[in-house]
Amino acid sequence: MSGRVERESAPVSPALRAPSVGLAWLARLARRSPLATVGAVIVGLVIVAALAAPLLATTDPIDQDLTIVLKPPFWLEDGSLRHPLGTDHLGRDVYSRLVYGARISLAISVLAALLGAAVGVAAGLVAGYIGGRVDAIIMRVVDLNLAFPLILLALAVVALLGASVKNLVIVMSITTWMIYARVVRGLSLTLREQEFVQAIRALGAHDARIIARHVLPNVLAPVMVIWTLEIARVILMESALSFLGLGVPPPTPTWGRMLAEGRDYLTVAGWISIFPGLAIMVTVLGINFLGDGLRDLLDPRLRRQT
Amino acid sequence: MRAYIAARLVTAVLVILGVSVVSFFLTFLTGDPAEIMLPPGATAVQIAKFRAEWGFDDPLAIQYWRFLRRAVHGDFGVSLRHGQSSLPLIAARLPATLQLTVTAMLLAIVLAVPLGVLAATHRGGKIDLIAMGVALLGQSVPNFWLAIMMILLFAVSWGVLPTSGRGGFAHVVMPAAAIAINLMALLTRLVRTTMIEVLAEDYVRTARGKGLREVFVHTRHALPNALIPLVTVVGLQFGYILGGAVVIETIFTWPGVGLFTIQAILNRDYPVVQASVFILATAVVLINLAVDLLYVWLDPRIRVA
Repeated sequence: MSGRVERESAPVSPALRAPSVGLAWLARLARRSPLATVGAVIVGLVIVAALAAPLLATTDPIDQDLTIVLKPPFWLEDGSLRHPLGTDHLGRDVYSRLVYGARISLAISVLAALLGAAVGVAAGLVAGYIGGRVDAIIMRVVDLNLAFPLILLALAVVALLGASVKNLVIVMSITTWMIYARVVRGLSLTLREQEFVQAIRALGAHDARIIARHVLPNVLAPVMVIWTLEIARVILMESALSFLGLGVPPPTPTWGRMLAEGRDYLTVAGWISIFPGLAIMVTVLGINFLGDGLRDLLDPRLRRQT
Repeated sequence: MRAYIAARLVTAVLVILGVSVVSFFLTFLTGDPAEIMLPPGATAVQIAKFRAEWGFDDPLAIQYWRFLRRAVHGDFGVSLRHGQSSLPLIAARLPATLQLTVTAMLLAIVLAVPLGVLAATHRGGKIDLIAMGVALLGQSVPNFWLAIMMILLFAVSWGVLPTSGRGGFAHVVMPAAAIAINLMALLTRLVRTTMIEVLAEDYVRTARGKGLREVFVHTRHALPNALIPLVTVVGLQFGYILGGAVVIETIFTWPGVGLFTIQAILNRDYPVVQASVFILATAVVLINLAVDLLYVWLDPRIRVA
């Protein structure tokens, strides 16, 4: 009996329902938000590049060939289609390194954003739903974490622990969980007082069950929007760390390090730095387009008035 | 209101205490600080002597208490590399970083406010489209890449701005612009959104009803109210701006705290890293506190409540 009542009394408002990604949904996205569609296409291409890097790359990204150093892109004099975006100071193919670089950027950012989201959502749910002293403690930790210049903290921690993919994911997630905690706390605070939650509680449902079955589904839409936008921010941060020499160690190609390596050859071979920078910018732009579009689509309360 | 200010002060002190705990524990992340600070290949005797000298054999709570007591007196220990007390070393570089970050903030505000207002008042038009395009690009561009591209263009190709160092106004333009770009993008969108909201308010309609000219309605009645959220956001973004300064200072070899800290991190000069993380984080806390108090003063509705 209680199960039936529970189902009926948990009205998830249509606009907040967690999205099911299907063809119809994509068609709706394209119609409603052309920018989001452009974003989805860009993100899709980057994902394909990351997944199919071995197929798309023309040469091994770490293969050095000192006979062809600093060759320009094909449309410049002395360039050739063998190395469409030119070669770097060690004769490595810039295009192939770029394609492989997508792997590191995406893997670290998606994982870090996911880990941060898991921690942040859990913290936000507990803080908002339980409230009281637990809430106060969690929110003070959030304030504390927000007070640190995050990149400095990340730098110090990575320098100490060493820059492996695992450490980078953990460090980046430390810079991202707070925003979920804040938003989810606010939402679950109001959800806790809603009639359907009160009713379920009156029926004797356990707190953990209420949180998992009734509060969580109602915060997923904004969480997904934040998650998308946070991936973009983490990509920028990962590339900044990598640029400073504290990213995934060589010889793995990363966009940030490619950019840094090209700095010494700016005047003679600008392409070494220009293309990875463009790759970062276009990827982040695509994710931001997608995130903004998702926000408009999933959460009308957050919609900008246009 | 007095209660609010008191509560806010207590929170700030608690957060600063938390900051001190984190700065303190930074050294213990790898386990043994003696191993980090001593050069590789140090003998067991040397390590033991070092541990005893620095008090690393004491219980953690005692070590933390000692760290805190010294920190309150401005003593963060002696820089392993420079052989001087680390706080004055950082203090000497603070003005350079302040000059850079404040210039960047002003630059972002000066560009974002008119752009956001124009976008809001020409909503849906060409100006709006351009402003939002600029904002989206500004949000997505890696600031260190922009910095390098600016150096390539303005310093190398055209030779109109210096590539690095600190000097006159010409030196600060490129690094400040590189730091400002992301904030500018964010603020433009914020000003546009709040301005659109404010323009729909009754008092704006009243102002129009009085027959005031549109420009006057926008600048005197709508804009001041639209700028209130800006204060909070700029304050909240201060941490990010400092973070941006860390990266940008290394590119332009700007002699500030950021460059100094990065060098300290790479040299494993832990007293300096601790001091710097503690001071920068405390600065962020204090700025946020100031912003919150300013907000009370700016918004009479909070002042009365």
